[in-house]
Amino acid sequence: MRDVRSDFPILQRPVRGRRLVYLDSAATTQKPRQVIEAIVGYYETLNANVHRGAYDLAVRATEAYEAVRGEVAAFVGAPDPSGVIFVRGTTEAINLVASSLGRVRVQKGDTIVVTAMEHHSNLIPWQLLAEAREAHLVMVELTPDWQIDLDDFRRALEREPKIVTFTHVSNVLGTINPVAELTRLAHDAGAVVVVDGAQAVPHVPVNVAALDADFYVFSGHKMLAPMGIGALIGKPALLDVMPPYHGGGEMIRTVLDTSATYAPLPHKFEAGTPNVEGAVGLGAAIRYLRDLGMEDVAAHERELAQYALERLGAIEDLTLFGPPGVRAGVVSFTLADIHPHDLATIVDSEGVAIRAGHHCAQPLMRRLNVAATARATFYVYNTRDDVDALVAALEKARALFGYAHA
Amino acid sequence: MPDNHTSGLAELYQELILDHYRRPRNHGSLEAHTRRVALANPTCGDELELDLLLDGETIADVRFSGHGCSISQASASMMTQLIKGRKLEDARALAVRFSEMMRGSAEAARDKSLGEARALAGVAKFPVRIKCALLGWNALEESTKPQP
Repeated sequence: MRDVRSDFPILQRPVRGRRLVYLDSAATTQKPRQVIEAIVGYYETLNANVHRGAYDLAVRATEAYEAVRGEVAAFVGAPDPSGVIFVRGTTEAINLVASSLGRVRVQKGDTIVVTAMEHHSNLIPWQLLAEAREAHLVMVELTPDWQIDLDDFRRALEREPKIVTFTHVSNVLGTINPVAELTRLAHDAGAVVVVDGAQAVPHVPVNVAALDADFYVFSGHKMLAPMGIGALIGKPALLDVMPPYHGGGEMIRTVLDTSATYAPLPHKFEAGTPNVEGAVGLGAAIRYLRDLGMEDVAAHERELAQYALERLGAIEDLTLFGPPGVRAGVVSFTLADIHPHDLATIVDSEGVAIRAGHHCAQPLMRRLNVAATARATFYVYNTRDDVDALVAALEKARALFGYAHA
Repeated sequence: MPDNHTSGLAELYQELILDHYRRPRNHGSLEAHTRRVALANPTCGDELELDLLLDGETIADVRFSGHGCSISQASASMMTQLIKGRKLEDARALAVRFSEMMRGSAEAARDKSLGEARALAGVAKFPVRIKCALLGWNALEESTKPQP
């Protein structure tokens, strides 16, 4: 993969006189000039409200917005753009499915299956649904090497759950789950499958049709696009029978005094003025990633994660968390008795930005038997130099806490 | 050239603070407590439980437990040393003084009544860590609120 660092203006700005070493892309990614320029260009040449104006500018804004729907579909292998719903991000997408699908599919006493490696955004909406419908929420356990326990998964399926949901890639462990296999098993048990792709679509090639997931969701801001835009990819046959999530303009066909009929897909689920600027930015991000090639992006991150695991693994008293073998560009760790927040503060003084905390995955933290971890995550703009800077900064943390230099 | 942040770091992780982190004073719980308050910082997962044994208006004994970063644990440890044997009213006044120090007051940072907790004055330079230093003190304020 070509060196892309120069495409990212924020990475050219020093932090406390030092080069910014940004290792928190699982939280949000930095944006390349190409995306920033697309957003500016939208406001300078295209801005109008979509789907309603009869004038040229509105027509062109609508065309730009709808063109991105097609680009999203092509990028993730969704067979039908009408099943691509623009949302604010992964969290909104999951809440939409839980709320809307839940209303027609989950009754009292039914089962919903989640796993112990979910981000809170793929857990709390299901907790809320289970509570509202008096349904059971079953959490599938993990194996000792931090993968979904397939035996426990099969046991959960024996309850004939109405909905089964899991993440494609863990935001803490980097585990890449066998989505196609899990989906097939869940379908055999009669479940509808919802996959959290927030940490997958930015990092690995994804083909939703091949995975056969009924719903697949992701956020733009974790893949070079702006915050506030993301997509829900759903099978149109399911989306068609689901009630609207938000009511308002744009999502209606005819409005009577006390009732209304709704627009066809995808607009039934896009009430109100959409985030056109965000969609345009997402389109630019997709083109940027497509030009790099997702196979190459994945290989680049895999290689960096491997290098980081080697180098971090050589630091005395450092504990790594995650599966053996192939993983996404996510490395979670703790260092001796230095709390992850202290680690983050210390490495920040060297210009190294990492995440510390529970990573919105408290059930997983309990299973890791830690309150928090430090986490470094990699993306297209990271290099081996960034890993070296992290290692040097961690050695500084050891020294500050009175550990001898290795 | 060491910038302000780097020298601030040495102040932040000075020996006294690490000592309280690794050997917290008054750590544990009081079976016979008058007040018990559990506080958590949901953004970072730090948890702290504070037990007070009151004799009238006096804090006869105090213990804290939980887990968190060196700043939150050291701060809570130093606080328990300061408030043990004090009147509730005085402990509350110390909490106010401490939060002034966290807002950068040089005068509060010189106030001998804050004892070893003055070592935490440097936290004021790290805005995201102030909430860590305040966790124990917030628990104190919560637990010394006049009872209905």
